[in-house]
Amino acid sequence: MGGTALFFYLFSTVMIGAAFMVISSRNPVHSVLFLILAFFNAAGLFVLLGAEFLAMILVVVYVGAVAVLFLFVVMMLDVDFAELEKGFWQYLPVGGTLVLVVLIEVALSVGAWSIGPISIANVATPMPPGMTNTMALGRVLYTQYFYLFQAAGFILLTAMIGAIVLTLRHKVGVKRQNVAMQNARTPAEAVEVRKVASRQGI
Amino acid sequence: MLTISLSQFLIVAAILFTLGVAGIVLNHKNIIIVLMSVELILLSVNINLVAFSAFLGDLTGQVFALFILTVAAAEAAIGLAILVCYYRNRGSIAIDDINMMKG
Repeated sequence: MGGTALFFYLFSTVMIGAAFMVISSRNPVHSVLFLILAFFNAAGLFVLLGAEFLAMILVVVYVGAVAVLFLFVVMMLDVDFAELEKGFWQYLPVGGTLVLVVLIEVALSVGAWSIGPISIANVATPMPPGMTNTMALGRVLYTQYFYLFQAAGFILLTAMIGAIVLTLRHKVGVKRQNVAMQNARTPAEAVEVRKVASRQGI
Repeated sequence: MLTISLSQFLIVAAILFTLGVAGIVLNHKNIIIVLMSVELILLSVNINLVAFSAFLGDLTGQVFALFILTVAAAEAAIGLAILVCYYRNRGSIAIDDINMMKG
């Protein structure tokens, strides 16, 4: 038992408590805030495991982008949430039994896990010694998994285009700038020179 | 390396996974909580992958955790966009009302 064990129990307890509050909180804004707490504690667990880069990604991407996106959507939609939680107690016996069965099964299957020597021998990309986690991850990601990395970028591009297309609305009756029409104007058609007689006007 | 064993990380991830499943089952009328529960499930999968990666000394687990993070971010963005779109059309986000495509 040392500092590592202490922090492991701290992070995992707070994370599980926060996850419980996410699903049981009455106010969805509180749920999102507890989700952020759970992500922070998961980042702490990643640091304990020596995956600093993923921990920072978790804080930046999840807490900074995804959770804030959830927060905006929850605040933007004016929904009567009391109406939505009606089935909570009704489904508690069935859901509780199901969840208990799943938990016991998973705990029994992973609880006594031990890594055999064969799986140690068959490591695909061993961690290089004397290198930071970020550097080692970058060396693997940009060489061995380069095509998957490109595919991940395309997935993000598709998601971005999809989200914009789904939520963008063109209002009718709004005057818009037509850049092509502006660029197509020439002095010949835009300017007209006239002779004006004195005291006459046009 | 660590005084904590691999199975302790796996059990923490399993508890998180079951909490996510419980969230989907119990809050099945509130689609925002369902989306958040899916995020919890993906987080538990990431904890599993990173734990195996650390204890095996294999970087592949962390690479795949990175890709899972990417896909989860894309999924959250698309899901919330569909949610906003649906709310504009129907004025409600109850899952029971989502039956327009039933024919």
